[in-house]
Amino acid sequence: MFEYAPAPESRSIVDIKPSYGLFVNGEWVDGEVRNKTVNPANEEVLAEVAWAAESEVDSAVRAARTAYETVWSKMPGRERAKYLFRIARIIQERGRELAVLESLDNGKPIRESRDVDVPLVAAHFFYYAGWADKLGYAGYGADPKPIGVAGQVIPWNFPLLMLAWKIAPALACGNTVVLKPAETTPLTALVFAEICQEAELPPGVVNIVTGAGETGHALVSHEGVDKVAFTGSTDVGRAIARAVAGTRKKVTLELGGKAANIVFEDAPIDQAVEGIVNGIFFNQGHVCCAGSRLLIQESVYDEVLASLKRRMAQLRVGDPLDKNTDIGAINSAAQLERIRTLSEIGAEEGASRWSPPCELPERGFWFAPTIFTGVTQAHRIAREEIFGPVLSVLTFRTPAEAVEKANNTPYGLSAGVWTDKGSRILWMADRLRAGVVWANTFNKFDPTSPFGGYKESGYGREGGRHGLEAYLDV
Amino acid sequence: MSRLAVRKTYKLFVGGKFPRSESGRSYLVQDANVALASRKDVRDAVVAARAAVKGWSGTTAYNRGQILYRAAEMLEGRRDQFLALGETESDVDAAIDRWVWYAGWSDKIAQVYGNANPVAGPYFNLSSPEPTGVVGVVAPPESALLGLVSVVAPAIVTGNTVVVLAAEGRPLAAITLAEVLATSDLPGGVVNILTGKVAETGPWLASHMDVNALDLAGVRDGELAASLEEAAAENLKRVVRPPAGPVDWTSDPGIGRMTAFLETKTVWHPKGI
Amino acid sequence: MLSTRSIKTTAKAWAIDLAIRMVDLTTLEGADTPGKVRALSAKARRPDPADPSCPAVAALCVYPSMVPVAAEALRGSGVHLASVATAFPSGQAPLEVKLADTKAAVAAGADEIDMVISRGAFLSGRYQEVYDEIVAVKAACGDAHLKVILETGELATYDNVRRASWLAMLAGGDFIKTSTGKVPVAATLPVTLVMLEAVRDFRAATGRQVGVKPAGGIRTTKDAIKYLVVVNETAGEDWLDPDWFRFGASTLLNDLLMQRTKLTTGHYSGPDYFTVD
Repeated sequence: MFEYAPAPESRSIVDIKPSYGLFVNGEWVDGEVRNKTVNPANEEVLAEVAWAAESEVDSAVRAARTAYETVWSKMPGRERAKYLFRIARIIQERGRELAVLESLDNGKPIRESRDVDVPLVAAHFFYYAGWADKLGYAGYGADPKPIGVAGQVIPWNFPLLMLAWKIAPALACGNTVVLKPAETTPLTALVFAEICQEAELPPGVVNIVTGAGETGHALVSHEGVDKVAFTGSTDVGRAIARAVAGTRKKVTLELGGKAANIVFEDAPIDQAVEGIVNGIFFNQGHVCCAGSRLLIQESVYDEVLASLKRRMAQLRVGDPLDKNTDIGAINSAAQLERIRTLSEIGAEEGASRWSPPCELPERGFWFAPTIFTGVTQAHRIAREEIFGPVLSVLTFRTPAEAVEKANNTPYGLSAGVWTDKGSRILWMADRLRAGVVWANTFNKFDPTSPFGGYKESGYGREGGRHGLEAYLDV
Repeated sequence: MSRLAVRKTYKLFVGGKFPRSESGRSYLVQDANVALASRKDVRDAVVAARAAVKGWSGTTAYNRGQILYRAAEMLEGRRDQFLALGETESDVDAAIDRWVWYAGWSDKIAQVYGNANPVAGPYFNLSSPEPTGVVGVVAPPESALLGLVSVVAPAIVTGNTVVVLAAEGRPLAAITLAEVLATSDLPGGVVNILTGKVAETGPWLASHMDVNALDLAGVRDGELAASLEEAAAENLKRVVRPPAGPVDWTSDPGIGRMTAFLETKTVWHPKGI
Repeated sequence: MLSTRSIKTTAKAWAIDLAIRMVDLTTLEGADTPGKVRALSAKARRPDPADPSCPAVAALCVYPSMVPVAAEALRGSGVHLASVATAFPSGQAPLEVKLADTKAAVAAGADEIDMVISRGAFLSGRYQEVYDEIVAVKAACGDAHLKVILETGELATYDNVRRASWLAMLAGGDFIKTSTGKVPVAATLPVTLVMLEAVRDFRAATGRQVGVKPAGGIRTTKDAIKYLVVVNETAGEDWLDPDWFRFGASTLLNDLLMQRTKLTTGHYSGPDYFTVD
């Protein structure tokens, strides 16, 4: 037996303070209401953070407004660029620290935070830094202007990365921001505030207000906010869209998904299985664009399933800070409850449930990677976003049927296609109603590549030249 | 007793190293002895530049951008050296900012200069820019640092490699820039700088059959410019002619100097089940 | 993805010893002499003269002309004697010559034969010819086990590697091997992954287990452990055994020994403390 032995990444690189305030106007300000954030892998309390009240949100928006009018919108693009380049560099320098902190607060494996999240964060700042002084070339007119103050609310699944997706383009275009991280994952955003100070970013350009639903609501409905950007559940997105109706506020939304990952009979099976596993078990399945519906062409169903189960048996669930861990902890008790409930529903609906044998730790929030076979479009687990390591497996006969089933959903964020035939890839890509189509790959992200959904997966794109549009007055 | 300073020797910059001219010659300029490049140095520089093309154009755009940004960091650190060579503060500032500007283009030029094409049939059709290869550059004589940066950065940020003929009368800034590049993780051979008499080395560069393009930014003699362009026609180099009048190197460069050295490749693939 | 596993402490010690036991210590130079081969045989039997607990390697791999010397030097040690054959490394010779080469090596004492396939025939699509040659060489081996070298660096694509792997297994090979070590591109992790998938699928389809040997370019312990992880997570633990997985290497052994020493003494060692051959 090849036992890998524990290979823990050291925690000592990160220095978590016992308590954090709000970051407003370049300074730390005590918050009235306080709450704790825990490590989902063992329920240990990591720190105490503030949950900003309406008045505190108001101060932050005012600070952002002043900074916008007196400093940031007046500053030439090439100077704004240099602040963003500084921030990118500091993120690279503090990369390991940020990765460890993200794994502690979020529960994701250190291999992911170290190799995927943090490098992409630095790359996003690097990429958008370069746009700050080239906006006239972006295709939005010779001299496009920023919008003003952006109120941004981000989710808990990729805390620092979602922060980068929001703040980098906003600042590059000349806007100032007030950002609210998710209540279960505030820590990397708070360290980012420290990084802004290290970079000598002018006060008020970036403000971080921690809190939960109420703080978020106060932020997006504030009159002084010109632009709302939200990533999170479709339900909340819908509420925000209603709230801004009739106002001047511009809004972009990046919401949920129930992506189809389609495997054709000529797909190289081992590669496709790697893609399936990555599609639903990467980040514990807490991914809006996760390939949560596997559509297998009937003729290769048995082969793919056997291969998939064999591959799943190699997945290691455990301590997020262990470098050999593939699947970390579920982010919160609430999310774990949701995953359990929907899984029970799946079994009740008649689908067959399977997980590889898995030893789950006693403390913390854990769920074994799971597949449901015999699923059809009529099942709730084929329609509703579970947001966990749970895969629903369906079958199809022809390309047209695959397209029909893939599109038969109110969502439209992403899709995957596995086949060796080039023309078929392009034919499918033409017909899949999704903002991102991955062919013979999955979960690939890049700051230059636009990301966003069709239909109820939201509107607006983040990343690339297209990502500038959300933050320009066009 | 006052201490004797250690004087710098100004040599060529080829293949990431600082060799003397194979001819052994040097010339006195700006109170220093500077290598006087020969046709064989041109030959060697082109070999180095060609060898570096595959690696440099194969690096990701993100990586190239990072390397160029690092060069800006190094440039910032050497401000005083450039000021001591007679550059003005505003020119040094502008040169560093110009370098940062170009660094940010590496992963964006394809989005601005490439596109999908809506052809009238079931085909995937995408046009993407690719670097042309080895670019010969004659650096501007009137602006030793800012002008030099303005012709080197746009060529290399997209993946080309360059052989630069430095300004004859003020070459020291070019060799100091070479020192910056040598400490910036820039692979050897991506930038090669030859100091000396442009009228002597220019024709060899212009007629070299393994050079893909020519930027005559620094040629002020109309006859020389015409003859270089004529020599370049032998293998149909892409040629950027000298500016028509005086140039204000501080103004917005536009994207012309990047697109001049980019080839556009259009790929088709049928769509069907 | 698999190469990012982190193997430490007890797992690392176990992996190092296993890797040592999987080494086919190799010398295939025009300049080989009986003296050189005797010296290497001694090292094969006792890789670390200062530490008797260090295991012996799996085999010694030499040219046919050196087999008699090696056979004498390895007698009674349990270390296998592998000989290359079939006009190694190019394979560009008539079939009769290749079979005679094989038979002579076996007669002189080799109990393993490493043959090369005809890449020219393979790349021009003459698969039947490649197949027939392997069958003939297998017959000429008698009791010796046959490794089939695909020369993956010349096959270029993963599809070709998979196809060649299946061909070699269907023709009766006991092991499939990546490279001769004589062309610029030798063993790589992705190519070995493809071959491990092939042997896994072959056993599932036919019930017969075939071994895998990456050769050339594996110089460090870190690399070797990555390969073991790939074996573990692809073909499975049945292949984590010198009977079913070998490393074709020469410099790798000393790096394994240095790492082994570091684990037992706690500090880094140097080349002066290990034999050159």
